[in-house]
Formats: sequence, structure tokens, C-alpha cells
Amino acid sequence: MKRPKVAFFDFACCEGCQLQVANMGETLLEVLDRVDVVEFREVMSERWNGPLDVAIVEGSITDQHAVERIRQIRERAAVMVAYGSCATIGGVNGIKNGFDLDDIRRYVYRADYRFFPTAKTRAIHQVVPVDYFVNGCPVYIPEFVEALKAVLQGLPYPVPDYAVCVECKLNENVCMYDRGVTCLGPVTKAGCNSWCINNGNICYGCRGMLSNPNEKGAQEVLRKYQIPEDLLIKKMDMYNLCRELDKNE
Amino acid sequence: MNERNVTINVEYLTRVEGHGNIVVNVKEGRLETCRLDIVEAPRFFEGILRGRSVFEAQHITSRICGICSCGHTLASIQAAEDALGITPSDQTVSLRKLLLHLEMLDSHILHIYLLAAPDLLGVKSFVPLIDSHANVVRRALRMKKTCNDVCTVLVGRHVHPISAIVGGFTKLPMERDLDAMLDLLTGMRPDMNATVELAASLKFPEFERDTEYVALVSDDGEYPFLRGDIGSTDGVRMPKRDYKEATNEFIVEHSSAKHTKLSRDSYAVGSLARFNLNYEKLHPKAREVAAAINLKPKCINPYLNTAAQLIESVHCLEEAIGILEFFKNNCINYDEAILVGLNEQAKIPIKAGSGVGAVEVPRGVLFHHYEIDEKGVIINANCIIPTNQNLNNIERDMEKLVPEIIAKSDDEITLGLEMLVRAYDPCISCSTHMLNVQFIGSRAPSTPGC
Repeated sequence: MKRPKVAFFDFACCEGCQLQVANMGETLLEVLDRVDVVEFREVMSERWNGPLDVAIVEGSITDQHAVERIRQIRERAAVMVAYGSCATIGGVNGIKNGFDLDDIRRYVYRADYRFFPTAKTRAIHQVVPVDYFVNGCPVYIPEFVEALKAVLQGLPYPVPDYAVCVECKLNENVCMYDRGVTCLGPVTKAGCNSWCINNGNICYGCRGMLSNPNEKGAQEVLRKYQIPEDLLIKKMDMYNLCRELDKNE
Repeated sequence: MNERNVTINVEYLTRVEGHGNIVVNVKEGRLETCRLDIVEAPRFFEGILRGRSVFEAQHITSRICGICSCGHTLASIQAAEDALGITPSDQTVSLRKLLLHLEMLDSHILHIYLLAAPDLLGVKSFVPLIDSHANVVRRALRMKKTCNDVCTVLVGRHVHPISAIVGGFTKLPMERDLDAMLDLLTGMRPDMNATVELAASLKFPEFERDTEYVALVSDDGEYPFLRGDIGSTDGVRMPKRDYKEATNEFIVEHSSAKHTKLSRDSYAVGSLARFNLNYEKLHPKAREVAAAINLKPKCINPYLNTAAQLIESVHCLEEAIGILEFFKNNCINYDEAILVGLNEQAKIPIKAGSGVGAVEVPRGVLFHHYEIDEKGVIINANCIIPTNQNLNNIERDMEKLVPEIIAKSDDEITLGLEMLVRAYDPCISCSTHMLNVQFIGSRAPSTPGC
């Protein structure tokens, strides 16, 4: 079988998710054996401008130039994978959408702000159709490998649509609410094996909100622990402000 | 030959704030333009921090850069603790130093093997090396994975560390974790020796320009990464709080990353700067390597930043092992593990204030500065990133380099410029992307791809 042509692209992001691939170590060589990586700027300088079997895209769309570039990539690619929170849900780049854009430009660049145009942050699927979603900030490599297997076999990869709490319970962590701390696990998609809570931190919602969160249950938890709702909303907005754009469509 | 026209336009991408180009324009043998353009849409981190709790700042700012996310984390925590008036415990400081050593090691290995070595071995990337130098590629990936695995044990992961937060660590390494980390790092020594041998065999371009180097300095015997004053090879010394006077940021139209200067037109930060200022404080094994490859302070060949990274890699590996051995002999105090969300529980008093973090990260000294209100909410934020501090200096280097190599072919000039920028290790993507080069004028421009 001919090895599929795969390329990695990045938009507004920290490129940490691509780095996760380099962090696979020698396993990376096994993956490279199965696919023909034709473009991957973080570790390669070779370039390819032809058709692609799979485009793996990191980052959010934050200006007109990026809109045009992602459309061109979409035209070239049979399959498009949104890779990491910035691409799948807008991620921390979305915080910007809560500000007046001119104001935020002026804040960073003062009098020279007009040199630096910007637009509302959008996730990839808010600009072009996306076939696969690999969530996380950064992506969780075991999940990425699973998703990649599905991509290469032409099978769907269903993103888990149950709460991080499910995995967290299996890992036998003490609930952060019982420790007196607000956590976004109850409303966030699983698939990361409750990575942050395993390491003593809370869930920050980087994988996106559940499509059908148990709102009543969550409100009950907030009441039980006397946590103001706006504190939770503020925490959700760190990664999930771009979801507002989904609602408008 | 010297009367010819050369226009070079190299597109690339920076990790800090995106896309940029090298633009060089030589008209009838005379250098007219020599710029490093930064043109990508910025992400406005300083703007979006306003209104967020200072306890969240580290989580958000680590996302500035995937490669040095631990460095941003530590600079951010330091600024937050400075503003809140928190003094970290000795144990916390040691574990943070360990984290910084791991990040330095990880990043330097990535740069030495995946960026610098392909140039010096005459190939376009590490991919052709998989066939020609299989053992070298495997060694690079193995060393990188080891750094990553040790970070996983210490803070959950290397990219965006989980357990390092304001106040300390949410999780402390158990006895078995210390053993695992020690095994991994001591197991890396043979690979490090092989790396030194490889690097000693590489030949770096010869080019010199007298430069002001800036790095953290201190009066104790420790090679300063996490704490110190701002120092320069021109004799400047000032506390970190005065970082604005050390960096003197200014905006140039061709770059969405701000530029900096100190005593001269420009200055350099990074491994070579630290080596030049703090050579005597390096671990003895690292100084042995410096002697073996004949690198002495003050070295003013920017291409040798890569050699300084090698020396620092040896230093960081040995220092990291030293910290772990200390904890093996002195036990971890597990009562120091802290609960995230200290602020929600009002466990520590919160007051209005302002704080600065100054931390040496792989590419040079990084500053974070936050001003917070009485609830701990950020009112103002400022981050000065090493790559930005080097941009101005890179342009000054290019201005001196281009006339010196103008008699060479277009390809050789381009490669010389690319390798120069790459030596500063501005970030992985920018360096490799630079191999997509356009010569306008002497031949038809190639169509830039996506």
C-alpha cells in the first residue's frame, strides 16, 4: 500500500502540540514508517505543495491571511485533522474575543497598533470543514495515536463525549470539589485520562465542553460547595470562549 | 561579482509571534536593506491577561511557547509570587531549578541535533539523516524522550507542566520517583558523551562581531538560571525590577515582535551570553568540554551559541543529577505539597502589588511583569521574550556578515544567513522554515506555499 502523504501546519498557537509528536521519541520512527510526512515545519525544512491525504492543523484562525491559508490547505487535503485546543475550540487565543479588538491592539502596541491587524479568534471548523478532532492543550499522545490509526484506516474517531470525571474516578483521584476547589472536569470532554487532576491540579476545560453537559448536576455541585456560578463561567472562558461563535451559526 | 544585485527574502515563522522574513537587498554591490521582518498576527498575551487571576497567569503564559513552556511557567510564577509577597521554600526553589535544567537540556538537544547538525552535515533536515546517520537520530530522539520522561515524573509533562504553580508544587516526587528520575538521567551520560564527540567534530563558520551580552548574574557560586541580577559584558548590573531600563523596548514597523537595546545599538541573550558572563560557575565537567572544544569567554562568534548550548547541556545534566542525589539523601518534605486554588480558599493574604520574574530560559533571559489589584486580578502585564531581544542583534550581525560573504553564490549567502539566525535558536519552526528561500531579481521568485 502506498504510504499516505501527511503534512503538519500551524496557525496562531504555541506549537507545543507538534512538539508532542517530537516527544514520542523513537516511536516516532515507527510512525514515520507508516506515513510519508511531506511537510512538518517544526522539525523539517522540506516542502510539498501538492495534494495531501491528511493535513494535521494546529492553531487558531486569527486574521484574514490565515483564513485564506486554511482554505488553500483544505482544498489540497482529502482529510483534515484539527489538532490541539487552539484548532479544535480556539483555546486560550479565544480569551481575546472577550475584549474590544482595537483596545487590545492598542494595549500591546500603543500608538503603532495599526500595523498589527487582528480578527476574532476562530477554531478551524468555524472556517472550513474538519474531519477529525484531537483535543487537548497539549494533545494527549496516546489519544493522538488512536485518532491517527482511525484516520489512516478511514474509520471515524469519536471524541469521548462524557465527562473527565469518568476517567478521574477510574484513576481513584480524590474529587477536587471535596478538596474545596472548583474543577471543570464535570463539564469537560474526557480522553486525556484526567491528566491534570492525576498531577494534583484541576481540570481547566482545555478539551472543550460536553455537547450535553449535566447542567442541573453541575449547578447542584456549585450550590453544595457554595461556589458562585460566575467563577465557574470565568474559568470556562479561559479555553472555551470561541464556543459563542458556534451558537451564532 | 561584487557589483551584482542580490535580493533575499526568506520566509519563516517564529514561535513567539509568528511569521517573519529575512530581507536582504544588495544593489550594485552595496548593502541597502538588511532586516528580520516579523509579520505574523500577534496573539496579544499581555492584553488577554488583564482581568484574569494572577494565580492563573502561569497556566495561560506557559501557552506562549510549547518549547519553553516550563521557562514561562517559572518566570510567571516568580512574577506572581513577587507581587503577592510569597517567598518560596528552599525545597521548592531546588525543584524549580531541576525543572529548568530539564527544559534547558531538552531544548538544547533539540537545537543541536535537529536544527544545527543537519546544516553542518549538509542536509535539509533530520529526515535524510534517518538513513545516513541512523544512530545519531535515534540518540537524539532517545535523549529528548528521556528529558520528557523525567519532566513527566516531576510535573506531569514537559509541554505545559501541570504541578508547578504559585506557592510550590501540587505533587511532590516520591522515593520511587526520585529513583526513576535518577536512573533516567544517569543513563543519559553515555549519550551525552557521544553528543560531545559529535559536536567536537563539527566545523562552525568563522565570523566575529563584538557584541554586548546580557544574562542573569549573581554573587554566589551558582551558574544563575532561576535567580540573579541583570548583567552585561559591558559592565551593566541592575536588579531585575529595573528590567525596562535593561531592555529599552522599541517598536519597529517591520516587526510585530518588539526590539531591544542596552549600552549599544543591540545586545544578545542566550547560551553564549550566559557562557560569556558566568563561565567560571559552570560545572567542572562542562568546563572540561569547553576546554576540549576550545571555547573561551568572551567569545564573539554568534555561530558558536550552539557550542555554548552543548556546554550548558553537560552542565544541566550534571546539576540535575546533583539535585536529585541531594533529595535522595535528605528526603522530600511532603507537607509542602500545596493545593491548587489557594486564592479560592483565602489561605494566603492577597494584596495589590507589582512583581517581576526574571528567568534564564533556553534562548536567554525572560521577563514577566504583573501588576495586580487587591483581589489578585491582573491589571497590567508585560512579557519580554528572549527571541525578541535577539532580533535587533541578529540584524546587526547580518549587516556585518553580508559584505564579508558577498562574493559567494546566492545559495551560500542564504545558507550563511540562515545558519546565523538559526544559531540564535530563535525557535524550531522559524529556523527550519528559513530553508524556503526566495531570490528576487536574480531569478524568478518561487511561489510560497501554505
